[in-house]
Amino acid sequence: MAEIAPAYAGVGAHAPNAGALRGDALRERLALLGLSAPAFVLVFVAMVAPVAWLFGLSFLADNGSFSLEHYRRMIEQPSYYRIFLTTFHVSLLTTGICIVLGYPLAYVLSQLPQRAANLCLIAVLLPFWTSLLVRTYAWLALLQRKGLINNWGIELGLWDEPLALVHNLTGTLIGMVHIMLPFLVLPVLGAMRAIDRDYLKAAANLGAGPVRAFWMVFFPLSMPGLLAGSLIVFILCLGFYVTPAVLGGGKVIMVSNQIANDIELFFNWGAASSLGVVLLVVTLLFLYVASRFAKVDQVVGGGHGK
Amino acid sequence: MTRRAAVPITIRELGKSYGDVRALDNVSLDVRSGEFLTLLGPSGSGKTTLLMVLAGFIRPDHGSLKFGDTEVIRLAPHKRDLGMVFQNYALFPHMDVAANIAFPLKLRGVSAADIARRVNSALEMVKLAGYGTRRVEQLSGGQRQRVALARAIVFEPSIVLMDEPLSALDKQLRELMQIELRQLHVKLGTTTIYVTHDQREALTMSDRIAVIAGGRVQQLDTPRAIYEQPVNRFVAEFIGESSFLKVTRDGGGIRCGGQLLRVATAAAPGGPALLMVRPERLRIVDDAQPETGTRNDENILEARVTEVIYQGDTFLVQAMLADGSRINARGIASAGAMARVPRAGDTVRLGLRVEDTVLVADDGG
Repeated sequence: MAEIAPAYAGVGAHAPNAGALRGDALRERLALLGLSAPAFVLVFVAMVAPVAWLFGLSFLADNGSFSLEHYRRMIEQPSYYRIFLTTFHVSLLTTGICIVLGYPLAYVLSQLPQRAANLCLIAVLLPFWTSLLVRTYAWLALLQRKGLINNWGIELGLWDEPLALVHNLTGTLIGMVHIMLPFLVLPVLGAMRAIDRDYLKAAANLGAGPVRAFWMVFFPLSMPGLLAGSLIVFILCLGFYVTPAVLGGGKVIMVSNQIANDIELFFNWGAASSLGVVLLVVTLLFLYVASRFAKVDQVVGGGHGK
Repeated sequence: MTRRAAVPITIRELGKSYGDVRALDNVSLDVRSGEFLTLLGPSGSGKTTLLMVLAGFIRPDHGSLKFGDTEVIRLAPHKRDLGMVFQNYALFPHMDVAANIAFPLKLRGVSAADIARRVNSALEMVKLAGYGTRRVEQLSGGQRQRVALARAIVFEPSIVLMDEPLSALDKQLRELMQIELRQLHVKLGTTTIYVTHDQREALTMSDRIAVIAGGRVQQLDTPRAIYEQPVNRFVAEFIGESSFLKVTRDGGGIRCGGQLLRVATAAAPGGPALLMVRPERLRIVDDAQPETGTRNDENILEARVTEVIYQGDTFLVQAMLADGSRINARGIASAGAMARVPRAGDTVRLGLRVEDTVLVADDGG
């Protein structure tokens, strides 16, 4: 023991190969950093730089001098207030409907045998494999006054006058829910599949019938997945553009639509930038609040967290 | 805690098949009121299936199951009112220790004050007093095991089931918990059914052991009877070490490797049989030493030593009989014994007491 002790006391110059081993460790870390360099560059060029540029633009007046006029306008004009209200309203409704439709769907999938569940999962994911624009226009074809649904409904005598299913909030919600549903189902399903069946057996053994076992054990254990899925859907909804533009018919104006208008109609980059900045800040704020309740890393990890 | 009276369990002609595989092959079993009965068997023997049928998680094809006088075979699991400790404990991760233990009480509508009192006394019983507010993931394996146990007994079930509850613990903790579980059972007096594949655990803890293989109960008896008078080769092989020697019957005794041996048990099996020899029941006879000299209640087997292995607490002598069959003898590795231990190539005389000269049915196992 006495001979070994000095080596632990401190790694001096006399310790064999200490310098060479430290060098090896450093080289390995540098090599690892080198591998992720392309991704860093890409994120910087495509993300950080444009956002910083937008941020700068939002503080410039038309004549190029520093000004807070874009932000002042947002506070003073009630139309902007309405746009943000609409954005949150639509996002909340979409998230709510996705939960009501998606949670039971994920539950059924989680209870099916693996093979059947995977087949059904493909059906859930199928919309991912077609273009967003195609899907949105497909809904337009289905929902419009002379569309498939109105024609069939009238022919079958379910209703007499064509229903206003599109170019309004209803149409926007139908389209957005359809697009967002997989983003809710996948994390919820992941969380449900990670629930050990022995927990439910234990609940039954201790005296809980199926309904109480679900609410007291299964549902709380699936909560992280549900929170993660809801958060993804809600945040994606906040910045959504295509569906409200096509199915909202100009009646549902969300922040993204206003940004497009500012640039396409008024060439006002400053106003568009300030909207973008506010939307970004609000989204980050939501992520922060959510992170107090749920583990946000599980949002990325798909709810498999252990 | 006031306890409900323990009840007996009556199992009759229980059958369950998965395709062509008979997981349970007409199992009938009587568990006495308040006894600690272990279902012992290798994996795939049907012991876990039997436990799951008792708990109500597997629906059998046919059979009858009575707790006391009540037929429960069609009763849903949550109405069976029995405590169960799962192999992986199945503690609810979203609840703290106290909430886990309170769970069955809450479902039974016990008042909040009573719940707090009973949770505390259950925690005390498993030596975890003061751990109520800990989260499950903060607990060690042994502590989780105790919480699972507390949760299974807190609602005072008259029957407790345990599915290999100690298999995830390390050896030392496992042996400690075996003793603790045993003491707890004596204190509570509940009818307890314990599943394990560890024969030493079964021998240590049980009032009786049911050895299960191929979906059947091979033998149901006390640990000592199971070890000393196994009914067939499977049971003898599964529990403890043993050598099996071919024998021919010769009058009242048997002939083994050319030597005539006396047999004690009148209950020798009728069909083809093997002589079962437990290594530790063999004694190395040394006529030069007075304390190990020949006794007249012993059979003597002559063998040539092939190897001697030192194993710390014991030593193992591997030897070969005249007809080439192998036999092992084990002795306590005391200094005196090690000084006299034979060497490879020596011829030794091995003494086997008549009462340990046990024939078992040769079931080809």
